[in-house]
Parts: sequence; structure tokens; C-alpha cells
Amino acid sequence: MYPKEFQESIKKVEATRQARMTQQFPMLSLADRTILLEAYHPDYKKGTMRQISVGVNKGDKTPHEFANLFEAYSHINPNNFTIPSPKYETDVLIIGGGGAGVAAAIVAKQAKANVFLVTKLRVADANTTMAQGGIQAADKENDSPAIHYLDVVGGGGFKNIPELVRALVSDGPEVIRWLEELGVIFDKAPDGTMLSIHGGGTSRKRMHPCRDYTGAELMRCLKDEFLDQKIKYLEYTGALELLKDSDGKCVGAVLVNMENGEVFTVKAKTTILATGGAGQLHIQGFPTSNHYGATADGLVLAYRSGAKLTFLDTIQYHPTGVGYPEQILGQLITEKVRGVGAQLVNADGERFIYDLETRDVVSSAIIREIQDRKKGIMSVTSGGVWLDTPLIEMKSGSGTILKQLPAMHRQFIKFGIDMTKEPVITYPTQHYQNGGILCNEYAETNIPGLYVAGEVTGGVHGRNRLMGNSLLDILVFGRRAGTHAAELAAKTTEVKPGTINHVKKYHSELEKAGIPKERKSPMLLPDYRPKEFQDRYSFLSHLK
Amino acid sequence: MAKLATIYIMGKEYKVPSTLTILQAIEASGFLFIRGCGCRGGFCGACSTVYRTKDSYKLKVALACQTKIEDGMFLAQIPFYPGNKATHNLSQIKPTTETLCALYPEIMRCISCGSCTKVCPQDIKVMDYVNAAIRGDYKKIAELSFDCIMCGLCATRCPAEIVQYNVALVARRIYGAHVMKKAQHVDKRLDQMKENQFASEIEELMKSSVDQLKERYTKRDMEK
Repeated sequence: MYPKEFQESIKKVEATRQARMTQQFPMLSLADRTILLEAYHPDYKKGTMRQISVGVNKGDKTPHEFANLFEAYSHINPNNFTIPSPKYETDVLIIGGGGAGVAAAIVAKQAKANVFLVTKLRVADANTTMAQGGIQAADKENDSPAIHYLDVVGGGGFKNIPELVRALVSDGPEVIRWLEELGVIFDKAPDGTMLSIHGGGTSRKRMHPCRDYTGAELMRCLKDEFLDQKIKYLEYTGALELLKDSDGKCVGAVLVNMENGEVFTVKAKTTILATGGAGQLHIQGFPTSNHYGATADGLVLAYRSGAKLTFLDTIQYHPTGVGYPEQILGQLITEKVRGVGAQLVNADGERFIYDLETRDVVSSAIIREIQDRKKGIMSVTSGGVWLDTPLIEMKSGSGTILKQLPAMHRQFIKFGIDMTKEPVITYPTQHYQNGGILCNEYAETNIPGLYVAGEVTGGVHGRNRLMGNSLLDILVFGRRAGTHAAELAAKTTEVKPGTINHVKKYHSELEKAGIPKERKSPMLLPDYRPKEFQDRYSFLSHLK
Repeated sequence: MAKLATIYIMGKEYKVPSTLTILQAIEASGFLFIRGCGCRGGFCGACSTVYRTKDSYKLKVALACQTKIEDGMFLAQIPFYPGNKATHNLSQIKPTTETLCALYPEIMRCISCGSCTKVCPQDIKVMDYVNAAIRGDYKKIAELSFDCIMCGLCATRCPAEIVQYNVALVARRIYGAHVMKKAQHVDKRLDQMKENQFASEIEELMKSSVDQLKERYTKRDMEK
């Protein structure tokens, strides 16, 4: 039940529902998309970015929140830090326990490599688990990887890196088969045919859902397989720096036990960074749909070690974050809700955008509707627009929401809102890091021995990712990283001692640029405590 | 300024704005989560919480991120539970009645008390799927347990020491891998990929100028 002040607007939504059900709403032309984006997308907002003053990408523009992490000192002082002798030695070290890291681990282990995975939370604590609507793959008769390719680059503003897109769309069908073999329960017809739907910007129905728990289902199967393979792992272990040998090759990492503060190193023939995204930075003050651990740590580590980053000036704001109630503000309302027929409408019950435009476009249209046209619903926060969910039941029959969107129903019913009968309030939320570490189609970076996979990378999605392409991305590139890191490890006979001389060099650049000494990174965890309680985390406090 | 509520975190009193979730309230009391906090969105099961309200003997459970605090709430988290997970080789396993009993013989100790069902924050009929596991009814387990987020609360209350969520997980994987039919359209596509059927078309797209791509993109036919 909504408070009284929304009731009048809900009546307007109800009044137009029947007519809207069959109303065709036109898609925007590419030119109109650009006009809308430039006027309203947060990436284009003045004063929100600055040029990075140090490192490989010096001069590139990025949000202040990212720049603050790059323009920051290491938690360890390279001038007085003695690198402890390796506590563990392995062929492949994987940093990050989400979908990309775990997929890489399984594949590398199958390739007979010794694998060691560390994660700062639990294995499977990642944005992967929170992905809801589905995974894309061009595996149906009327579809092809080439059609998928065109959708991907169109969604990305035609800026995507072609080799990476080719890898993404070409591995899709194989990834789906792999998941079937791992026991993932996709929504299927009895004969095995996948039930597939549209996402924003897709020209074919190639979204494969598992109800609206797609990421959770994928991740728990991957984790279970990971445990069955008896791969060595350590949880609550944060990464502080990468180690490089005298030839500039990555040979492991400096890690911290986040419960007792022990700092130790892992010596590795190859290293895979799969640390995920950055929602917890709350860029421009946006709420986020992201996991507690999404703090961009991998970007910081890679950047200090000399890895090139790309597309740092573009962030994805998912159009439909929760706008009400405030307790779950910014949490995700899956795009699948629109995929199965819900419509975005303003306070007067009017449609204002074709519902399956790409995410950047829909978010911009919502912001325009509220800021300029003043047709938002003013809630406790910045306001929002309606997502007319009862329409799903009208279109596809009563019970559709409980069957296809049980997680969404649960999310709202806990706060007294029944989305089968009432629309929900929505506003854009920081969702995905489009940019990241540059790599090639073999998941290699410009640092020998350093591989990357998943959201920490940049380029495959250009300036805007399509729904369902991140679950695909983490598995395509996770598997590729695992394969190639294991291959190189097998060819490596000797691992030279690791150093943090690159950190020393980076620090002198920071000093020259006049960066204040107290600024440190990586963040490791966001701090939601009241200001007066915030200090250096206890597990880092002994590091001088 | 929101009204303040009094809560007791592991017995100690704190006053926090009454509109917060349990998770936010613990943070507002000055705690930094290392364990006990995950996705903050109801999907990961990291923040399972046991609580009691004033003047009641009843123990209740919640996901801290999805539950608003109540005045007088006594709460504690269960950040880790040492439940057993049987390892197995999924490709070799058979979807028979014996399989689950062999992996987790303790399911036979179920006394049908219903504690697991009662405690589930996802309102899953846990006991019913444990019974289905004893019968080897994989389809039933998959249907009933699918929305499980593996928070582990069921296992904490089970007098028979069953780790229900792990039983359900292996049963679902067996069902997905060995009972459900594989998608034939995926087979077909994999055959086509082996013959490199789409490689030249993709290469042509890779070489296209932005204007050429835009033209093709605009002219795409959209599946209805």
C-alpha cells in the first residue's frame, strides 16, 4: 500500500492502462538517441569528471570518484615494506570470487593448473549473484552471432572493441551448453527449447532466463562445481598490490587477511584479476544496485602496475532501480519486468519512451521526465516514474509475475507493495562499469602474466552494455582467462622474486602531482558508518 | 529527522532512525561489516539474522538487508554456518533415488518437524523438498527449492543436522544436467560454429565503418 500522496497518480495510471496495453510507442532514431543522451545522461553532466593526473592514462577524463582512487597512495609504504616470502605458491592466482573468477578457476583447473583463488568476501559474493533477467546468447534458428554482434555495437554507441565483441558473441552458444552441463536450470519447454525474451536493444529474443534468479542460479552452480573440483581458496582476503618481477612480469600479489590484518604474498606464474565493478563508489551520488564489494579494487591494482585502462568516462545507470520505499532504494528491478510487458509511465499515466530502448537511453528519458517535464512522482527521495507492473498480468494472465518474477514480487511485498496489483516507483541506479582494464580477446593485458575478466575489463560493451551481456561476458572471458593463464603457467618454469618497485615509482608520481598523503586505495569495503565512526579499517591500521 | 528506535545488537542498546533496515541500523550504530553483509539486495543470503521483539519469547529470522527494524528488537547475525557439503562428480552421477541418500544419508533422519520451512526467509517449503529428496523426486525438489538463496537458516534449526540447501543444490544440478532435455537449437548452432558459418559475416562487420554499421543497425528487422 502506498501513502495517500501517491494515490491520485496511481488512479491516473489505472485509467490509461487499458488503452496503453495495445498502444504502439515508436523507437527513437539513432540521431534522436544521441540528442537525448547528450542532454540528460549523467555521463554528459558538467563538472562530474576530471583528468587523471598520474599513470598510464594520464590526461584521460574519469568521474571524480574513480580519479580519487587512482590519485591515491598504497596502503603499504614501498620504502619501508619488506615483502614477506610467499606464504603460498601456485600456477594461477585468481583475485575475485564472482562469476568470472570462479569460471576461470574451473577451466584452469581442468587444464591441469594449480589454482589459488582469493576473494575479500565469500566465494559467490558478487554482482553475478544479483543478475536477474537472463543471459544472452545467439543460439536460436532466427538468430546468429552476427546479429548479436550488431546489437552489441549499436547498444555500445558503435565504440566497442571489435575483437572483444567477436569473442563475446562467438562463445555464446558454447557457454550456454557448458551451463546446461553444469546443471543450470534454464526456463525451458519440455522438449528442451529455451524460453527466450527481449532485452533493451535486442533485435532477437535471445535472453535466457532462470526465473528472475538467473545470476544466482548460474553462480551457485559454478560455486558448487568449484568446490567439487577442490580448488584452493581463501575468503575475506583483500588484495593490496600486484607483484612484478625485474622483467615487468606479474608474479602474484600482496594480500591481507581482513580479519586479523596479516599481510602475506602469493607467488604465481600467472595472475587473473576478476574483481568486478564499482557501484559502491556512488558516482554523482547515485544509489547503486551493486554488491557490497563493488569498490573498483582491481582497477587500482592494475593501474598502479602499469596496465592500461579504457572507457573510464562512461558508467551505466540502470533505468529501473527501486525509487520507493527508501529502505531498498537503488536496488535492481530487472529489465525482464519490461521484457515481459510492464511499461514506464509518468505521474499522469502517460508513456514517454519505448520501453526496450537501450539502458542509457531509457535512463536519460526518465531523468528528462522528472527534471524538465516535471512529471515525476515525488517520493521521499529524488522522485521517480511508475513502472506499470499490473499490465504484465493483464497481458499474460494472472499469476505470471509470481511465476516469472518471484524475486521482484518478494522484494516489494516485504514492504507492503503488491506489484501484481499496484505499479512500482523507479529511478536510475548506478549499475555497471562500462570501462575498465584493457585486454585482448585472450584476456591478456599489457602486463605479461596478468589476465583480466568480467566487469573489471573495458571495451567489449563500448559506452553502454545490453542486458544479459554481462553474464555472458564474465563466462566468455572468465573461461578464456582461465585457459590462457593456465597455458602460460604450464610453459613457465621459473618465477623470479616479486617486487613492488612499480608502487614506489607510482608514489613518486603522486608526490610530484601534489596528491594529499592521507588518500589511500584500494577501498576494499565501502564505509556506511556515521562520519564520527569512520577511520582506517582495523585490519589495515598497523600498516604505516 | 526520523523518529528514533531502540534496538539491541547482541544485547547492547543502540538508538537509530526508525526507518532503517536491520543492515543499515547496524551500520548506523557504528559497526563495519566484514562478514554478515553481501549483496545488500536479498539475493545472496549473507546477512541472515535472528531476532526477538520485546515481550515475546518467539525467535524470528530475517535477511538484514530486506527487513525494516522494529522498536525493541534484539538481534544477532549468523555470519557463517559450518554445514557439510558432499563433493561429487556431476557428469558421472545418476538421477536415482539412491544418489541423494548416498551423498547425504542424514536426509533419512528427517522427523518432519517443519522447523526448516518455518524459518525460511524466502518462504520455501523446505521440509517438503527434503521429503521429495528422500523419494528421489528431482523435479519436485527443483520446483520447490529454486528460489533458495542459501542463507543457511534452515540448517541451523534442523534437529536432524541436515544441510537442506546443499541437498537441494545438488538435486537441482542433477535435474538440470541429467533430467531436463538439452536445447537442440544449441546443438545445431554449435555444429554451425564448428564449420565457421558466421566467421566471415562477423569479420565483415568488424571491418565496417561506423556509418555502414549504423545503416545496418537501423535497418535490422526486429523479432516481434
